[in-house]
Amino acid sequence: MTRSGRLAGAGPVVRRRLLVAVPVLAATSIGMFALGAASPVDPAKQYAGAAAFTASEENLAQLRANWGVDDPLPVQYLRWISNLVQGDLGWSTSRHEPVASVLAARAGWTLLLIGVTLALVLVASLLLGALAAYRRGGVFDRGLRTAAYAVESMPVFWLGLAAIAVFALALGWLPAGGLTDVTATSTSWSDVAHHLILPVGVLAVSQAPWFVLFVRDAVAESLRDDHVLAARARGLPGRTVLFGHALRTALLPFLTLVGTHLPELVGGAVLVETVFSLPGLGAVTVAAALGSDFPLLAAITLVTTAVVLAANLATDLAYAAADPRVRLDG
Amino acid sequence: MADLAARPSPLRIARSRLRLLPGQAGVVTAGLVLVVAVVGSLLAPFVWPLDQSAVALDQTRLAPSWAHLAGTDDLGRDVAHRAVYGLRVSLLVGAVAALVATVLGGVIGGIAGTLGGRVDRILMRIVDTIAAMPHLLLGIFIVAMLRPSLGAVIASVGLTHWLSTARIVRSELLSLRTRPFIDAAIGGGAGRLRVLRRHLLPHVLPRLALATTLMIPHAVWHETALSFLGLGLPPHLASLGNMINDGQGSLLTGAWWASLAPGVVIVVVTLAIAVLAARWRDRLDPRVRAELHL
Repeated sequence: MTRSGRLAGAGPVVRRRLLVAVPVLAATSIGMFALGAASPVDPAKQYAGAAAFTASEENLAQLRANWGVDDPLPVQYLRWISNLVQGDLGWSTSRHEPVASVLAARAGWTLLLIGVTLALVLVASLLLGALAAYRRGGVFDRGLRTAAYAVESMPVFWLGLAAIAVFALALGWLPAGGLTDVTATSTSWSDVAHHLILPVGVLAVSQAPWFVLFVRDAVAESLRDDHVLAARARGLPGRTVLFGHALRTALLPFLTLVGTHLPELVGGAVLVETVFSLPGLGAVTVAAALGSDFPLLAAITLVTTAVVLAANLATDLAYAAADPRVRLDG
Repeated sequence: MADLAARPSPLRIARSRLRLLPGQAGVVTAGLVLVVAVVGSLLAPFVWPLDQSAVALDQTRLAPSWAHLAGTDDLGRDVAHRAVYGLRVSLLVGAVAALVATVLGGVIGGIAGTLGGRVDRILMRIVDTIAAMPHLLLGIFIVAMLRPSLGAVIASVGLTHWLSTARIVRSELLSLRTRPFIDAAIGGGAGRLRVLRRHLLPHVLPRLALATTLMIPHAVWHETALSFLGLGLPPHLASLGNMINDGQGSLLTGAWWASLAPGVVIVVVTLAIAVLAARWRDRLDPRVRAELHL
């Protein structure tokens, strides 16, 4: 079968996924909206901030009328969701600017953090996991697994503080936070890279255990496959067998699982950004939560979910294209 | 002449005195840690009462010493003392939230697994879709709308952590359905409810209990993460997340110990639960041996 032939079933799969994802996301948005409506916070007073104490009743009433917060809930929901679908994400009450411009200014940094971390974790976990599987039960394997379980039990923000204490404060090698030097007048890439070493490292280390343990188990499994045994029997060097045969077999299922781990990575990124005061989505999310900023929080949650779903779909399709044994039935 | 090199190590002697197998020393240690953690946090208010809002501004940022085993924080509060209470709150929130998530996941997984067919397919697709939501973001949303409080944190964990339980219960039920003893029970005239109660439930409950136990660390992390962000428990309350958050400020002034103890407590308790749960899983399913034997 040709490569395009393998993807022939993609259309119906995309349709079926959408058929589930759209109602579920719609139901989730209703649930979120209901929670927002049940929230004891008055959006008008929230928006006015300290001025709410001095503002006249008429002004507040005017605000409420402008936003239609006193309309029946279904009307409000329909207005919100139809704006959302048309690309109008609403007005952030905590930042006093359109939600879309908040996302535009911030999402790039978060994507950069997540992207670099993911690349690093993938390379490191494939290498370390394969090596551990090669001598299963050996010193390296045992050490790596113990380290993985230990790291897995550490909250990422605590790991971040520990990294700051050691590498930024005690040793003074790296900056403790921020994206650029305080004295810098513009954003230079080398400065940003220097500031990102610690956050990326911390996020990578905290996410790595799951990936490393998975690769190790998968490679250990595939080292017992017939074609790997055959490669060994032909006298191919260990390195070739491990990376060329065993790891290759284990690689594809691993790559699709990466998609399912993305939500975890997003959560980790929010925490790491907070620890290192990076100007990504994490800080705005926390500020929005403290200010009960419904439009911004709802938009961030729904948009990231849509991105993750799209990424999952893309990896599944890529998997099907790369491996002829896989049939798309989702 | 006795061969000195062949003399067993003290660790091995202790192990043989206690009649433990190699893997069991870790399990016993983990058990002891958990017993101390649970009993300690239950008895703490009687043995070592804490005034949550008390401060001692003449004793701020003292390094660890005999008087203050883990040092004092920015407000002169004893870190070790507050860590005990932080653990108490975290374990309480973790256990209750894990229970909420288990009930939710158990019901949904149970419906999918017993009814099967189209209901199962739809429910599991829904679960897959919800799994794509970053659960920390969803959790933040929930506490933000309910305002930070104990109940909000429990709701935040419970509503975001039931997916794995639903999957476990569902797949366990689906594999049980094809087993001969179920056919035999149905052939013997047992009704749907009786099969569920007498034959399926006894097999599912141990898995469910294991899933709940394994969820407690996740619940604790979620709670500490929310508190760390300032969105969890009220800031004056000694909780592990609040303490690490407080310690962030002290860290920059050189008082690294303020965040150390609460973090160590989380790590030790989490590891202990993981070790015990791994052994428990071995017992439940001897075919797949877990490899966590520290």
